[in-house]
Amino acid sequence: MKRFIGATAALALMLPGAAVAQDTIKVGILVALEGTFAAGGADGVRNVELALKKVGYMAGGKKIETVVAATDTTPATTTRQARKLIEQDKVDIILGPLSGSEGIAMRDYSKTVPDKTVINGISGALETTWVNPSPNFFRFNLDGSQWGSGLGAYVVNKKGWKRVATVSADYSFGYTNFLGFAVDFCKAGGEIAERLWVPLGSSDFAGVIAKLPDNVDAIYLGMGGTDSINFLNQYQQAGGKANLIGGTIMADSTVLSSKGKAKDALIGTPTSGPFAADNPAPEWQSYVKEYQDAFPADKRFPIPSLFGVGYHVATLAMISALNEVKGDLSDGQKKFHAALSKLKLQTPLGVVTLNENRQASGSVFITEVSDKGDGTLTNKMVGRVDNVTQTLGMTADAFRAMGLPSRTTPDCKALGGK
Amino acid sequence: MGTLQNLSTRHPIWTLIVVVLVVGFAWLILAPWPPGLEQAMGRKRVFLNAILSGITLGALYFLVASGFTLVFGLMRNVNLAHGSLYLLGGYIGYGVVEVTGYWLLAFPVVFIVVGALGLLLQHQVFRRMEGEELRQTLVTIGISIVLADLMLWYWGGQSYQVLSPSWLSGPMTLPLISSLRSNGEAVYLSYPQVRIAILAAAIVIGFAMWFVLNRSRLGMLIRAGVDDRDILAASGVKIQYVFLAVFAFGAGMAGMAGIIGGTFQSLSPGEDTRFLLASLVVVIVGGMGSIPGAALGAVIIGLAEQIGLVYAPTYSVVFTFLIMAVVLAFRPQGLLGAQR
Repeated sequence: MKRFIGATAALALMLPGAAVAQDTIKVGILVALEGTFAAGGADGVRNVELALKKVGYMAGGKKIETVVAATDTTPATTTRQARKLIEQDKVDIILGPLSGSEGIAMRDYSKTVPDKTVINGISGALETTWVNPSPNFFRFNLDGSQWGSGLGAYVVNKKGWKRVATVSADYSFGYTNFLGFAVDFCKAGGEIAERLWVPLGSSDFAGVIAKLPDNVDAIYLGMGGTDSINFLNQYQQAGGKANLIGGTIMADSTVLSSKGKAKDALIGTPTSGPFAADNPAPEWQSYVKEYQDAFPADKRFPIPSLFGVGYHVATLAMISALNEVKGDLSDGQKKFHAALSKLKLQTPLGVVTLNENRQASGSVFITEVSDKGDGTLTNKMVGRVDNVTQTLGMTADAFRAMGLPSRTTPDCKALGGK
Repeated sequence: MGTLQNLSTRHPIWTLIVVVLVVGFAWLILAPWPPGLEQAMGRKRVFLNAILSGITLGALYFLVASGFTLVFGLMRNVNLAHGSLYLLGGYIGYGVVEVTGYWLLAFPVVFIVVGALGLLLQHQVFRRMEGEELRQTLVTIGISIVLADLMLWYWGGQSYQVLSPSWLSGPMTLPLISSLRSNGEAVYLSYPQVRIAILAAAIVIGFAMWFVLNRSRLGMLIRAGVDDRDILAASGVKIQYVFLAVFAFGAGMAGMAGIIGGTFQSLSPGEDTRFLLASLVVVIVGGMGSIPGAALGAVIIGLAEQIGLVYAPTYSVVFTFLIMAVVLAFRPQGLLGAQR
C-alpha cells in the first residue's frame, strides 16, 4: 500500500494533467493464495504490481486501483470471490483466475456480468475459450494443448524418435497437454505404440513401468509434481534406459528442484511449455531483470514463475487496451472489449494476438533438461514455435471433428501418423 | 494340521476350490504362458510385475500398519499422528543417508529417534487421557497437524527421495520365466532389487514380531494386555511400561517404514495422511490389533492397488475402498480380527 501511495504521489508530481482526472478504474486481482498454488499466486500479484508500477498505476489517462481477492483454487470460492469483487468492491475489470477449473467457472460467471471484463490470469483449460466461450472473457495465455504443440515435430525431426509409448495422468490437463503433443507428433509421421493412463496421485508405478513396450524410440511422460518423481524413481530402479519426452509439467521447477537422484533420469529430455527461463530474446531478458530489480531476492522466485508471467501478460493487455480507448469504459465497456480483441500485444514471450474466441495465439518454447555441471538441473531452450493457434494450425472444423481431449483423442492415424 | 484336516473334511467343496485356485495361480506364475493366454491377459511380464509390485507395496503397508495395529490392540488408542511419524522418519532417514552415505545406518538412527518421540508422546500426552477415546483422537489429529506444519517449515514443500545404496539399485534377475524366445530359450524376469530387499526385510520383521509376541515374556504381557488390560494391571504388572514399550516400538516401525517409502516412492507434504489412510484401511481389512491381520490386509490392499493400476486404471482408486466396504459389511471385526 505504501508503495502504491508513493507511486501515485510521484506520478501526481510528474503528470499534473493526468492527476487532475478524477476518474479511477478499479481492477480486481482474482488469484489463488491458498492451497497448492499459493506461492505461484503470490507471484501473480507481484507481477501485476510490476506491470502497473511501470506505468505509474495509470492507463488511458485514468488512475488504476487494485483489490486482491484470494481463492483456494476451487471453482466455488472463485465464483464467490468474483461476485464479491463485482458487487461489493465495484471493480470494472477482473484479472484472473489461476487454475483450470476456476477458469471454466469464471467463463460461466462472466456471462452474467456482460458489461464487465475478465482477463484470464493463467488458467489453461482448453474448454474455457473453446466450448461456449464468453464474449467478455479474454485469455492472453496459451492453453494446455497449445503448450504441448511443437514438441512432437521436434522429437520426430531433430531427435529421430518416430515410435513412442505414452504414460499420462488420467485427468483433464493430462489429456489436453497430451493432445497438443500428439497432434503435432502424428502429423510429423510419428507412431504411438501404446497409450497408458495413470490416476492422478498414484505413487507406485511399478506395474505400469512393466507394461511399457521395449521396441519404442522414446517414452512420453505426461505427469507432474510428486507423480513425476515417483515414476522416475521407480523407472530407474527397474533399470529403464529409454529416451524420455516430457509433458509441460513433467520437468518443471518443482520436479527439477526435488532432492534425490530420481530427476537425473530426465537429463536430455525434451519438453515444451509457455516460456523458457534462458530465452535470449531481449524482451524476455529485460522483463526478468525488471522483476529481479523490483523485489528483494527472498521475496520472489529466481526468475518469474509461470503464474507470474501469466498475470503479467494479462496486466499488460489491460493497460494497452485501456490506453487505446483512452480509459473509456462507458456503454458496457464495448470499446474496451473491441480493443482487447484486436490487440497485437508485445509481451515478454513475444507477440500475442487473440482469435475469434478471444483466445491467444502465441509462442511455445521447447527446452531440454541439462545438467548445470554442479549436479543441479535446468531447462535449456532448444527451439521456439511462434504463432501457435488454439486449433493447433488446423481449421476450426477439423479441430472440432477431432473431438475434445480424452484418452483416445486424437486418433493418430487420422492425422497422418501410424 | 489337525484343524486343517478337520476343515477339509467339513468343507470338501470349498477346499477343492481353494486348492484349484492355488494350483492355478502357481501355474500362472511359474509356467511360460501359451500364446492364447497372452492374447487374453497381456504379456506374462506385466502380470508378474503387477503381482510382485502388489506384494512389495503390501510389505511397505505392513511395516507402517503393524505398529498402528499393535498400539490400537493394546491401548485402544487410534493414533492419527501415525502418518506424521512415518513422514518424519523418512525425512530423518534422508538426512542420515545424505550425511553419512550409509543407507542401512539410517534404520537404527530413525528407529531410536522416532521411537523416542513415541515414548515422549505416550508418556507426556496419552497417559494423561487414558480411556478417553474421543479426546485422544482429537489430540492425535492436532499433533499430526502441528507435526505436518513443522516438517513443512523445516524441509519445505519439495519432494525428497532417499538414495538407495548402489548394491540395491537397478534390477536383478528372478528365477521366474517371463517369456520364451522363438528358439525356446527362456527369458527370466528382471525386477528392481530394492523392492525384493524390502520384501525380504518385511518378512523377517514380521516373523520377528510374531516370535516376540508369541515366545517372549514381553510378548506374553502384550497379548495379555490386548485380551484384558484391567486384569493384567490387577495382577501386578506395571502396564504403563508395557504401553511405553509398545508405543515406542510402533512409532519406530513407522519411522523405518518412512525410509523405505522414501526409497522406492518419495517423501513430500501430504504423504503423512496418505499413509495414515493406508494404515487405517489395512487394519480395518485385516482386523484391528492383529499382526497377521495387518500382514494379510496389507498384501490384499497392495495387490488391489497394483493389479487395479495395471488392468483397470480407471477404477483402481475404487478397489481399495470397495474391499474395505465388503469387509465391513460381512466381517466387521476384520478378516483375522477377534470377535469381542
